[in-house]
Amino acid sequence: MSRLIVGPFNRVEGDLEVRLDISAGMVADARVVSPLYRGFEAMLVGKPALDALVYAPRICGICSVSQSVAAARALAATGSGPLPANGGLAMNLIHAVENVADHLTHFYLFFMPDFARAVYAGEPWHADTAARFTAVKGGAAQEFLPARAELMNLLGILAGKWPHTLAVQPGGSTRAVSRAELARLGALLAAFRRFLERTLFADALEAVAALSTRDALLAWAEAKADRGDFARFVAVSQAVGLNRLGRTDLRHMSFGAYPSSDGPLFPRGLFRRGVGGVLPVDRITEDVSHAWYQAAPDGAPRSPRDPGLPPDATRDDAYSWCKAPRLDGEVAEVGALSRQLVAGHPLPRDLVARDGATVEARVVARLLEVALVTMAMERWLRAIDPAAPFIDHTPLPAAGEGAGLTEAARGSLGHWVTLEGGRIANYQIIAPTTWNFSPRDAAGTPGPLEQALRGAPVREGEAEPVAVQHIVRSFDPCMVCTVH
Amino acid sequence: MTAISEPARPLRLLWLQSGGCGGCTLSLLGAEKPDLLTALAAANVELLWHPSLSEATGGEARAILEAVAAGDQPVDILCLEGSVINGPGGTGRFHLMAGTGKPMRDWVAAIARRAGYVVAVGSCAAFGGITAAGGNEVEACGLAYDGTRAGGLLGAGFRSAKGLPVINIAGCPIHPGWFTDTLLQIGAGTLTGADLDEWERPLAYTAHLVHHGCARNEFYEFKASAEQPGDLGCMMENLGCKGTQARADCNIRPWNGGGSCLDGNYACINCTAPGFEEPGHAFAVTPKVAGIPIGLPTDMPKAWFVALASLSKAATPKRLRDNAARPAPVLLPHDKRKDSA
Repeated sequence: MSRLIVGPFNRVEGDLEVRLDISAGMVADARVVSPLYRGFEAMLVGKPALDALVYAPRICGICSVSQSVAAARALAATGSGPLPANGGLAMNLIHAVENVADHLTHFYLFFMPDFARAVYAGEPWHADTAARFTAVKGGAAQEFLPARAELMNLLGILAGKWPHTLAVQPGGSTRAVSRAELARLGALLAAFRRFLERTLFADALEAVAALSTRDALLAWAEAKADRGDFARFVAVSQAVGLNRLGRTDLRHMSFGAYPSSDGPLFPRGLFRRGVGGVLPVDRITEDVSHAWYQAAPDGAPRSPRDPGLPPDATRDDAYSWCKAPRLDGEVAEVGALSRQLVAGHPLPRDLVARDGATVEARVVARLLEVALVTMAMERWLRAIDPAAPFIDHTPLPAAGEGAGLTEAARGSLGHWVTLEGGRIANYQIIAPTTWNFSPRDAAGTPGPLEQALRGAPVREGEAEPVAVQHIVRSFDPCMVCTVH
Repeated sequence: MTAISEPARPLRLLWLQSGGCGGCTLSLLGAEKPDLLTALAAANVELLWHPSLSEATGGEARAILEAVAAGDQPVDILCLEGSVINGPGGTGRFHLMAGTGKPMRDWVAAIARRAGYVVAVGSCAAFGGITAAGGNEVEACGLAYDGTRAGGLLGAGFRSAKGLPVINIAGCPIHPGWFTDTLLQIGAGTLTGADLDEWERPLAYTAHLVHHGCARNEFYEFKASAEQPGDLGCMMENLGCKGTQARADCNIRPWNGGGSCLDGNYACINCTAPGFEEPGHAFAVTPKVAGIPIGLPTDMPKAWFVALASLSKAATPKRLRDNAARPAPVLLPHDKRKDSA
């Protein structure tokens, strides 16, 4: 048995350390360390209620709008007026731009560069992959960054700027758009579709959305030969065996995303081993048995509706600033894969039925979702009525409790707020990577990444095992959200 | 015959992150005209390491940082994004850099002493920023300031190897252009102390007020005010807007192709200023004394402002009065010649 400490683990959002016990050429055990604490929950106590809209997005620069949406919904849930239809559509559009941009930032800048590594130099696919995906210097990043910047131009109109907008409010969006601006937004979205259909998919979004099995995916990718970055990924995934890497067999959870009067685009719920389920939100707790916080007086896990526990850096039995959220006492995995499993898309369901939740399934679900959400954005844009209101001005109550649940690109995000006298009396946040990168709980059960890393192959002499890198990054972690 | 000059050696840039959200990097990825990678090339800058962009991870990254800290690997530009974290109790344990068990603060201090230029990217790294809000439980400060107090991690007298103080590209987040302009000037060797303002922020963007170029200027001139978030009128009187005091070119240099906070119909919160994170009032509500906003333009006599405001209020065109408290205009500019023709 030997011990490896991998850190600073980069091309994730924020700082990360992974401690590995290696035995017989594979990872025997893993501990995931979130090394940064900033104290947002304490910072928010005593602030005027609506100031949460200034502080919350600044928890995270990559899921800033997700934080805004969760904060706005939590405040709205304390008792605000009805959300105008345009307000809901504008919020969905603003949120979708961020989520789609995040999926692609992950794919092009964070995840794919690892296949350009020298460790793969002997592989027949390496030269082309390195030319395309090498960090900073590869051709893909040069094409992706301008396309991403142009996609973000939607937010210049809809949200003033990104990240850290104040357009998203409990009553809707501050930014009404005119008919002429809707036309301009449509053109920007058309340009983005063109990038996806030329560069990422080399096919129509509708064709990608219609892929329903792994066999269909492999056949589709093979027919693409060397066209399209998604097909390139599928080919590399097959060659490396990413469908055997980073496997978990956990409950998948989604808070549901993009609400509308017809219900959410992706529903709330659970999924495991082919069976869906209802999500009992009030059975979510956080355990600090292995995290640097003072234990609760009764030692029991805490509801996010309870006040948070103060940090305690002196605890020797802890190893992370990340708490361990549990649903009904159990570990849950979150993210695009979980969201699409709960939503019932046949492709991720087939991938997981065959191989379990793996590196390959997580990445495929993310890119599938890029196609699905972009098509939904086109529908939302058409549904906006520029003559109707975008925001309701009913004031918030001085006192009340509310939960704001949404889905960031990387999974389920919840804010729980208590107001007293118009001010914040309690504010608790559970972020997606808090679920996925949680440390052990009181029962000793490791979090999803800690489980996914067990059995990962380690090559002779590897100090930063490449398989570990694929697995860690397959979760698209956001460490600044994780601890906040 | 003119000799062909040797191409200059690329400037080596090292980027570290501590107590922040990563939003300045994410904003920077949205650089346009040109895009970020083209701007880096144009500035002749090479990344030694960036936490979001570089291939090197774990021990590979540690080796780079150790070589830089020891002076074995030259570094021309050190960028810090996020606050310096000193807590709890001055130990720095709220951020031990992954893989090293050593406070990030100590890494930053060691490397800053080796760097040609030291750049604080965002208000957190410059002044403490959002991370220092509330009770500042984590003891966050900036590289050369703790809020408005000179000092911070490196001390008030700090000068980098090129003889400059810490360059504070303040903002929450930064506009990508604020960073790339600064980098291009560093690359060209033209950045001097004269290019920085009183908080060592690049004048490239702080020579302006957010008010300059604001699309609501006509409403401001006639004191036709917005009443609710989303209204078209000036947001200074009621909605907390600090655009007339805040230093930045947000309404001259568009965000994300064509926006700004004010174009998004929400207030400027003065995010480029030290201490913006604790305004002492609700961000989106203008504090007033006897009905008069306390945050008037700083370099205008208050009595004059009040006198002019009451005059201009009396002269407000109907068009502005009717449009100010609405999310879309009900009266548009109209050429009267068309009616009499």
